[in-house]
Amino acid sequence: MTNTWMDIKNANVILVMGGNAAEAHPVGFKWVVEAKAHNKAKLIVVDPRFNRTASVADLYAPIRVGTDIAFLNGVIHYLFEHDAIHHEYVKAYTNAGFVVREDFGFNDGLFTGYDEKTHSYDKSTWQYELDEQGFAKVDETLQHPRCVLNLLKQHVSRYTVDTVCDITGTPKDLYLKVCETVASTAAPNRTLTSLYALGWTQHSIGSQNIRTLAILQLLLGNIGMPGGGVNALRGHSNIQGLTDLGLLSDQLPGYLNLARDHETTRAAYLEKRTPKPLRPGQVNFWSNYPKFHTSLMKAWYGQAATPDNDFGYDWLPKVDQLYDGLRVFDLMAQGRMTGYFCQGFNPLASFPNKGKIVSALSRLKFLVVMDPLATETSEFWQNHGEYNDVKPEEIQTEVFRLPTTCFAEEEGSLVNSSRWLQWHWKGAEPPGQCRTDIDIMAELFLKIRELYRQEGGAFPDPILNLHWPYRIPEAPSAEELAKEYNGYALADIPDSKDPGTVLVKAGQQLSSFTQLRDDGSTACGTWIFCGSWTEEGNQMARRDPTDPTGLGIAPRWAWAWPLNRRILYNRASCDPSGKPWDERRKLIEWDGSKWTGLDVPDFKVDAGPNSGVSPFIMTDEGVARLFARHLMAEGPFPEHYEPFENPLGTNPLHAKVISNPAARVFANDKAVLGDHEAFPYVATTYRLTEHFHFWTKHSKINAPLQPEQFVEIGEELARELGIANGEKVTVRSKRGAIKAVALVTKRIKALKVAGKTVHQIGIPIHWGFTGATRKGYIANTLTPFLGDANTQTPEFKAFLVNVEKDLSELMPHTHKPGETHEERRRPEVLLEDDEPARQVSWLVRILKGRTEV
Amino acid sequence: MALQSLDIVRRSATTTPSPQQRQTTEVAKLIDVTKCIGCKACQSACMEWNDLREEVGINEGSYTNPHDLTANSWTLMRFAETEENGTLEWLIRKDGCMHCADPGCLKACPSPGAIIQYANGIVDFHEENCIGCGYCIAGCPFDIPRLSEKDSKVYKCTLCSDRVAVGLEPACIKACPTQALVFGSKEDMIEHANERIADLKERGFENAGLYDPPGVGGTHVMYVLHHADKPELYNDLPKDPVISPTVGLWKGIFKPLATAAIFFTALAGFFHYVTVGPNETEEEDEEKKP
Repeated sequence: MTNTWMDIKNANVILVMGGNAAEAHPVGFKWVVEAKAHNKAKLIVVDPRFNRTASVADLYAPIRVGTDIAFLNGVIHYLFEHDAIHHEYVKAYTNAGFVVREDFGFNDGLFTGYDEKTHSYDKSTWQYELDEQGFAKVDETLQHPRCVLNLLKQHVSRYTVDTVCDITGTPKDLYLKVCETVASTAAPNRTLTSLYALGWTQHSIGSQNIRTLAILQLLLGNIGMPGGGVNALRGHSNIQGLTDLGLLSDQLPGYLNLARDHETTRAAYLEKRTPKPLRPGQVNFWSNYPKFHTSLMKAWYGQAATPDNDFGYDWLPKVDQLYDGLRVFDLMAQGRMTGYFCQGFNPLASFPNKGKIVSALSRLKFLVVMDPLATETSEFWQNHGEYNDVKPEEIQTEVFRLPTTCFAEEEGSLVNSSRWLQWHWKGAEPPGQCRTDIDIMAELFLKIRELYRQEGGAFPDPILNLHWPYRIPEAPSAEELAKEYNGYALADIPDSKDPGTVLVKAGQQLSSFTQLRDDGSTACGTWIFCGSWTEEGNQMARRDPTDPTGLGIAPRWAWAWPLNRRILYNRASCDPSGKPWDERRKLIEWDGSKWTGLDVPDFKVDAGPNSGVSPFIMTDEGVARLFARHLMAEGPFPEHYEPFENPLGTNPLHAKVISNPAARVFANDKAVLGDHEAFPYVATTYRLTEHFHFWTKHSKINAPLQPEQFVEIGEELARELGIANGEKVTVRSKRGAIKAVALVTKRIKALKVAGKTVHQIGIPIHWGFTGATRKGYIANTLTPFLGDANTQTPEFKAFLVNVEKDLSELMPHTHKPGETHEERRRPEVLLEDDEPARQVSWLVRILKGRTEV
Repeated sequence: MALQSLDIVRRSATTTPSPQQRQTTEVAKLIDVTKCIGCKACQSACMEWNDLREEVGINEGSYTNPHDLTANSWTLMRFAETEENGTLEWLIRKDGCMHCADPGCLKACPSPGAIIQYANGIVDFHEENCIGCGYCIAGCPFDIPRLSEKDSKVYKCTLCSDRVAVGLEPACIKACPTQALVFGSKEDMIEHANERIADLKERGFENAGLYDPPGVGGTHVMYVLHHADKPELYNDLPKDPVISPTVGLWKGIFKPLATAAIFFTALAGFFHYVTVGPNETEEEDEEKKP
């Protein structure tokens, strides 16, 4: 979130699109209800289904799955047509006036620089024109035909109301009502907040869905404002923490990234990631990259990381290609990846095309599952009848289940959607022999290190040099790790403005990432968490809910990254002269000598209104980007591309380029894409309030609240197919089939799209063959194995199916007996008393074998 | 649920006075269906607090699960789709005991002390006194109490009388994430409802209103409805609930009649004794005995 959960209450208009906040985030949704009850806010829901959020909305508009960019580009077009633009904001705080290179262009669905062979772009034309000093040229008058604003206007001019409604299927009157309500927030004293989640990310064009909204919010002047922003509602508890710690194949903590194969020297690696400002006098905060990276290396390698060995640069892996989830399972399916550690992940259920996942897991030599529950993945080799029809005798994968604690059985911090690090304390002792993930990993590490010490190896340095200062080496504590993430001084850190004074003494905890140095005198595990555990103690454990202004900012409740700042880009909540756009929404202001206020200014504290410093300090330009330059894989402006499986067989805007030309698709998966003739209905998958993913079906309280798998089918389609409410149906995609109860509803309407009637089917995902609910099929049997071009997130939200009555079961609800409600199951520890040590060391040998290859 | 209580107003089938020494405020739960997102946190909290577990059922083509109230599920989200008001609406209503000021269940109950009403308005079942006759089920105008197959006792929402007695809000209120459920004095709840109704009217719900039906003397569980003129849209919430005439007859006419019949039988016996004298057994009769 750029803003916070509590801040939603300050909005005038709330747009829920690409998510279903009431369903998936019922607790945070209280702030939407609060905005309606006490700020007279209007709630708009745009979704293929009239969902739980829609049930309390002021305005609901249906949309065809996967056409959000068309919808929003149309809204942007409407804003231009109706001059509903926050002009002063756009001119001063965005790159609207920046002049783009002459050779940049967009023709017939493709931007310049596309390479058919590699399915990727050469992005060199997606840049500004530069002057002699290397600064971007800017036309303050916004008249230049190639300035960003005019290119954007031109780009969205194709998205007229009629075109948009023809693509999205949204009735025109509802669409215009949405446009009108959104446009009302262009006024400086009105804001729109947008809440989205996986309904936007899980598309082959997911990242651009969010880009489109960001552009819309910038044109309305709603970024940096209380009650505004682009707000990602994170799904898992601490999934924000996962992102922050960089648990992706090419990432490092704090949004740093790993070197590529060809980046053999630290100097070249750092230079590439240390941008020069594109306008004079800008903060350009990423210019501090070397300080963050060097401090990370000091945290990881301690005294072993020295200037002489480039702070251990050579010990970090260099990536030849991305190893995202899709790639990993593809490699596994090819037999090229033979061992897999599956920690806090149930890919058999939660990754697309279950058939492919089963065959991938079946080719492994070993699979280690670390989880508090007996997941489907850990039992993928068991035959569960129609629900998992495999032949165990043909699967040679050795499976280890290591039972772990769950969140309530350990202490530590969780990062929520608002970027708050909130400390939590252990609530219960773990059952049986469950151990924390940290303990399991620590013991594995120590054994591997021991083997390297004794036997050597091809490249022992990264393991042998790792800094491991924990009091109990087998069990690093949450406190020790949190202090390391925060960072500490290794030598006295002098004030750069006044070298005579010492800012931080050697050995002390740091209090801000501005204290980080690139000479090896500071260590910091995650620079954005710097300030969370200072000499004053654990800031994450603070629990003072005082909200001094009533704006929903409680600065002493937990700690928010960065630097306890609650609303990002908050300099933009004031006009260029430093006065708040809206007095009622005063966060910070210029008091004549410095920026002051309730929130921590997202700005140089002493850079006055006439300093020429622009508010978006993380960009090289200093301003926000309506035109994303080279940063997005499929174009600097968002364009409507159809889902890979779509009901039209074409793209109404450009028939030659139907789907995202840069998306992640492997050739063998293309072969199992269905077409709209064999699979005429659009399907989408989603979650229900009653369950959390595939976990709570193990709970005896949750199980009866949604006991049995169902799919949602509109009344018109059900009538056409002769399906009655409550009957069983088979839903089939090119990749497999599931059976479920048909829930026939008025809440999914047939849409008119490009002259055709399009029916959509809703498929909740929560059932499987383990747990306390009735057994069900894995919904991801149906979904396609392909994903977004930037994040590689799979396209769970848009695919094609066929639906038929389930003839094998003519009587509805003749449920087989024997579906007992088992105890909430913890994986029983598979190992006998003395076994664990032996088994772990066996594992260690396999792992070590892998590292030596 | 039995509690040692000093503030009982009424007990079923009992004529002796009830303990009334303690003064309590009249309470109410307000269910604002216009804020409710149907998340079922109240259903979960109810099962957790009362330490009950529902059977894992089936899906019959609805989000309402289980399909009906049971001896384990004392509250239930009921989902209804309607297009009657010109636009599609998904009306979600939390169903459960309404804690009537004039409780039909208590009136119908023949078992002494099985149903009691506290001064704060809560109508509670004391299952240890329940004889499982089911009269309360017939007596309830909202069709709430459910007979347990396990122990042949009847169960329903207690409005967490055990929590309320020690100054806590009911479990469902504590769990509700959107404040669709609020709890307090009945007076405060009516005031809060009126604020909500004003907001709803501004948003175009002309018939928004409070559901506190007078036919049962008002209730201690009330609803804010967008369509207070059509409560039946919300899964057949009764428009003008009244205690069934059978219960009325039983308690109103039959009970005094029956009492009179007993009295007259005794009286007749007495007169027979006075006028005819006691029936005496002849020796012959004794001998005739087998």
